[in-house]
Amino acid sequence: MAKTIENYFDQMRGTRVWRSVFRGGTGSSTLRRSLAIQQNVFLHLFSTKVRRRMLSFSATWYLGTLTLGTFLILVSTGIFLMLYYHPSVPQAYADTKDLQFVVSSGLFLRNLHRWSAHAMVFLVFAHMFKVFYRGAYRPPREFNWVIGVILLLITLLLSYTGYLLPWDQLAYWAITVGSNIAKAVPVLGNNVHFLMLGGNLVNANALLRFYVLHCMILPLTAIVFIAIHFWRIRKDGGLYSHQSEPKTLAAKAVPAPAGAVAKGAQ
Amino acid sequence: MSDPKDFVAGMGSDFRKNPVRVAFVTRRTSAQVKVTDEDQVQTFPEVLFRALVAIELLTIGLVLISLAFNAPLEGLADPSHTPNPAKAPWYFLGLQEMLHYFPPVVAGVLVPTLVVIALVVIPYFNINIEAEGLFLKDRKRRLRVFYVVVGLFCLFLLYFDVYVALVPTLIVAGFMLLAAQSSPGSSSAFRSYLASKPLSYWIMTWFLFELVVLTAIGTFFRGPGWSWVLPWRS
Repeated sequence: MAKTIENYFDQMRGTRVWRSVFRGGTGSSTLRRSLAIQQNVFLHLFSTKVRRRMLSFSATWYLGTLTLGTFLILVSTGIFLMLYYHPSVPQAYADTKDLQFVVSSGLFLRNLHRWSAHAMVFLVFAHMFKVFYRGAYRPPREFNWVIGVILLLITLLLSYTGYLLPWDQLAYWAITVGSNIAKAVPVLGNNVHFLMLGGNLVNANALLRFYVLHCMILPLTAIVFIAIHFWRIRKDGGLYSHQSEPKTLAAKAVPAPAGAVAKGAQ
Repeated sequence: MSDPKDFVAGMGSDFRKNPVRVAFVTRRTSAQVKVTDEDQVQTFPEVLFRALVAIELLTIGLVLISLAFNAPLEGLADPSHTPNPAKAPWYFLGLQEMLHYFPPVVAGVLVPTLVVIALVVIPYFNINIEAEGLFLKDRKRRLRVFYVVVGLFCLFLLYFDVYVALVPTLIVAGFMLLAAQSSPGSSSAFRSYLASKPLSYWIMTWFLFELVVLTAIGTFFRGPGWSWVLPWRS
């Protein structure tokens, strides 16, 4: 049975249509497996080979992968939520209520989006601390660490802008508390606050601004930085492993036994 | 020819799939291995498969949570009715807790900006790259600096009544003192671990500790008027 499926799959991969789509072609040789990565616009961000020790759970706890996972869930559930949501006052709240009581699986959709958002914030923090404690920020990976900090800020902003969208008491006052902090910025405080909310208070303009930021600007920015983040892993020599650093290897390298060279000279 | 063979050659059984480099080491030369190539796996399909499984498990977990717990939804936003307390999202509650003690320009602007700058510059300082144990070199002078900095900081926290931040600071400082009294060769694995930890490790650990404590207090232990409440009493 398994053999048959494999055969069919191989046959399909050999067809003209498949090969016109995926440039890598058929076969499971190392070359073909490398091509499957190199010849794909998305996968070519990754390196073709990974050190086996980096696959163990303890090396990374898969925190980066899981963060990507939450991001993918959030994008897909977010698109569905957008189909039922108007960013206007007070329609936004009515739409959220509809999602809860009228739309099929709307409650589940909103739950999944919200809990995944919390999970993403948590995972991004966890990922950062794990990377720090492994010392994986070391050169040449400095800038990828900086991109990581940028992604942390984008994640917080994404979560924060999304918080307002249900337009309930919780959302309204959380954003009021948060946006009041912007007023404390020296000199420009009130201007920053006004720019953020499109007014002096959290109102319909603020909702629209946060909606645009949450659904367009921030996700697109995040995607660009995520792409650079992944690509830099490959460019900087793969996932950091202290045991694989040139310095550690040089310290560990065993010199040839003293007799070996002398013997050759005889 | 009666001479013994100069070399031995072999091939793995899967050489058609996985070509390997073949090196012939003849008798009169000596091979010195400087760098060992690590065992590597192909990203396609092994790594991608693992990533896929990890993401699937995550999705299953989140779906179960979403089926069991509903996202909160309160009444329609009402600008004329302020809930007490009005709380920010949980990841900002550490900041909100600090707003309780310090003016907004300090707690809301200065501290977050400094945190972000501190995070960004970590990899650009050689002291963080070499990452040697904090008290291994120049121990006396470093201990003196440590006492002054921690002492002043604790006085500062005391002056503003920030006991919630003082306790984690004292705990981390206690471990740092233990590290100063330990050496990497210590028979206790824990003490040799502490002794080998660099400055950046201590600052980051202190930051993580404060982040967790302040966020937890802001989330669970703050009630009306930002007064202290016990979550199991309400």
